[in-house]
Amino acid sequence: MNILSLIIKREFIAKVRNKSFIVMTFLSPLFFVALMVFVAYLASMKGENKQIAIHDESGLFFKQFKNNDAFTYQDLSAIDVEILKDSVAAEKYEGLIYIPKQEVITDYEKNIYYISNDSPSLTFISKVELLVADKITHVNLQNKGIDTQVIDQAQAKVNLKLTKATGEETVRGLNEIKIIIGGAFGYFIMMFIIIYGNMVMRSVIEEKTNRIIEIIISSVKPFQLMMGKIIGTSMAGILQFIIWGVVGAFLLMGSSFLLGINGTPGMTTVEVVNTAGSISPEVLGDIQNYVHEILSLPLLSMFIYFIVFFIGGYFLYSSLYAAIGAAVDNETDTQQFLFPIMLPLMLGVYIGFFTVINDPHGSIATIFSMVPFTSPIVMLMRIPFGVPVWEVLLSIVILFATFILVVWLAAKVYRIGILMYGKRPSWKELYKWLKY
Amino acid sequence: MQTILEVNDVVKKYSDKVALNHVSLSVPEGTIYGLLGPNGAGKTSLIRIINQITYPDSGQILLDGQLLNPSHIKDIGYMPEERGLYKTMKVGEQAMYLAQLKGMSKQDAKKQLKYWFEKLGIEEWWNKKIQELSKGMAQKIQFVVTVLHEPKLLILDEPFSGFDPVNANIIKDEIIELKNKGTTIIFSTHRMESVEEMCDHIALINKSNKLIEGKLIDVKKEFRTHLYQVGILTDNVQQLMIKLSENYKLTTTEFKSLNNELQLEIDLGTRLPNELLQVLTENGQVTHFVEKLPTVNDIFIQTVSK
Repeated sequence: MNILSLIIKREFIAKVRNKSFIVMTFLSPLFFVALMVFVAYLASMKGENKQIAIHDESGLFFKQFKNNDAFTYQDLSAIDVEILKDSVAAEKYEGLIYIPKQEVITDYEKNIYYISNDSPSLTFISKVELLVADKITHVNLQNKGIDTQVIDQAQAKVNLKLTKATGEETVRGLNEIKIIIGGAFGYFIMMFIIIYGNMVMRSVIEEKTNRIIEIIISSVKPFQLMMGKIIGTSMAGILQFIIWGVVGAFLLMGSSFLLGINGTPGMTTVEVVNTAGSISPEVLGDIQNYVHEILSLPLLSMFIYFIVFFIGGYFLYSSLYAAIGAAVDNETDTQQFLFPIMLPLMLGVYIGFFTVINDPHGSIATIFSMVPFTSPIVMLMRIPFGVPVWEVLLSIVILFATFILVVWLAAKVYRIGILMYGKRPSWKELYKWLKY
Repeated sequence: MQTILEVNDVVKKYSDKVALNHVSLSVPEGTIYGLLGPNGAGKTSLIRIINQITYPDSGQILLDGQLLNPSHIKDIGYMPEERGLYKTMKVGEQAMYLAQLKGMSKQDAKKQLKYWFEKLGIEEWWNKKIQELSKGMAQKIQFVVTVLHEPKLLILDEPFSGFDPVNANIIKDEIIELKNKGTTIIFSTHRMESVEEMCDHIALINKSNKLIEGKLIDVKKEFRTHLYQVGILTDNVQQLMIKLSENYKLTTTEFKSLNNELQLEIDLGTRLPNELLQVLTENGQVTHFVEKLPTVNDIFIQTVSK
């Protein structure tokens, strides 16, 4: 059997048989699903209802406040304010809205109080302000002799129709869907690189501390060993992800079925459509548009690009991880070298989520989808927005050229590093190793 | 005698440090060749170059008359000083893996492993993990893995370290058996008594330079001192001492003996042993008469501290 495939096989088996790998593979989806179910449960739970006392001396504003799940408003204008304040202090009420009588309507703008033990949330404050301001505006208009009903009727509602230059109708929120799809791919690549890159690094360190390395490289080339390690580990990783996917999907479906929680990601398309049936035909049309849009995305080519960028990105980074593993003697020494690796990964994800969604073809997004250390993430997030083929191909060429260069450099560090024991090398020494 | 390994003028530098300074060696086929030298002398650097783990800056190495190349990997077996195996891997699988990396087929590897495991009586270890074995046991596995692919050239770095005397002897016998079958063995060690016992040839490296190389017996001849240890039972010690010191430099010495004799160390210089023997036999009963040969240890210390 070919040497490289022997190494890949051993690395794969060593990873897959590892107890922590097995535990992680089967416990993680369980844990993840339990977390999802828990969050969904919390969200479906009704929050505590808070009692708000209102002392409205004007009698103008109480009607503005409508009870809901979160708040119940009580008109306690008949009771003395001081007594109410004591009740709030005694935590009988969450808070007290105190509206003292004013002569001029505009004076209410500055003379309404909220008394509570805990400081109120920002949404609550702005809600109260909005309701009061609404009433004051109304009264103002009436005082000026304007019929508010006429205004209400005259209120216009605009619904911007979105179409592409080709004339196809499109829907709002599509950018979000596109970024979610692209983001999922990009995020997956980042997670995979971090998890399995670390695994490659640890396996290099293990061989070094075991001292078996010298025996192995008296039989095989360090480059073969490094590549075998990277490929073998990635195969174990892909297997783990597939198991996570399958087990996770089953668990999610099972749990959403059991708990009857709607809206969890386990819902099938049929269910989505069924649920949508109860909504107005306009919204249903929108949903059909979404489905149509998603299906009209170049899914196949996106998937192919994903595979290409995944391979390029993973190999690029994991060869760096391997080089780091070779340069140090134990895991605690890896920190100073790991930070520069994490940085572009994080940067890629941030640029993806903040810049690409606003301006998928802007210069920042374009540049970082070319830079090889961020392109696997950023470019994948851009692709659903439609990127010219030449740009994608250029990005791939840059990525793979860098990948070859980095693997070559990493192999040099690796070759020297695996035989170096003792003190942790400095950046300067690593540079020297490159020249050996 | 055919030369199996030839090292020609090899130089190896690590940034500012010279590890090997124009070193040349030739290792004759079918011998046990001792590569000696203090720590940091350059032995490991040389061994790594022979194993193609690193490459020389200049100079060349010939194995069987051919420039060293990747196809030679299967001809060499190497046991590094720092022993190591995958701790969590099973003994059998691990040995199979390492054998296949050396280019053996699955069937051959299995057959050979069976032979060696039976020979050393360790069949029941096959399914154990290395971490379940003692250090000495792991060493045995390491030895088996090194010799499994029947290399022409075996390089053993401190082969006896970590073995108890019983197992050290077993390994020693195996090494001698391999030599008798025609394997050439390079032996890198600090343990001079094993060199004395086993090596036919030695080379001494110190501070990146080769200082001595040759047949052990020739090296010893070169370092011979012409000192003889003499034991004699005599009635008149004083008279004999005076008589001997007329022609020889002598000192009293001590060696183990069953008699209560006079023990001397006599420098023969250019005189012949028979002359001395004659004087001695005329004056008493000779119980001991032996040339004091330089030990490898003496040669080592003497050369290195020069």
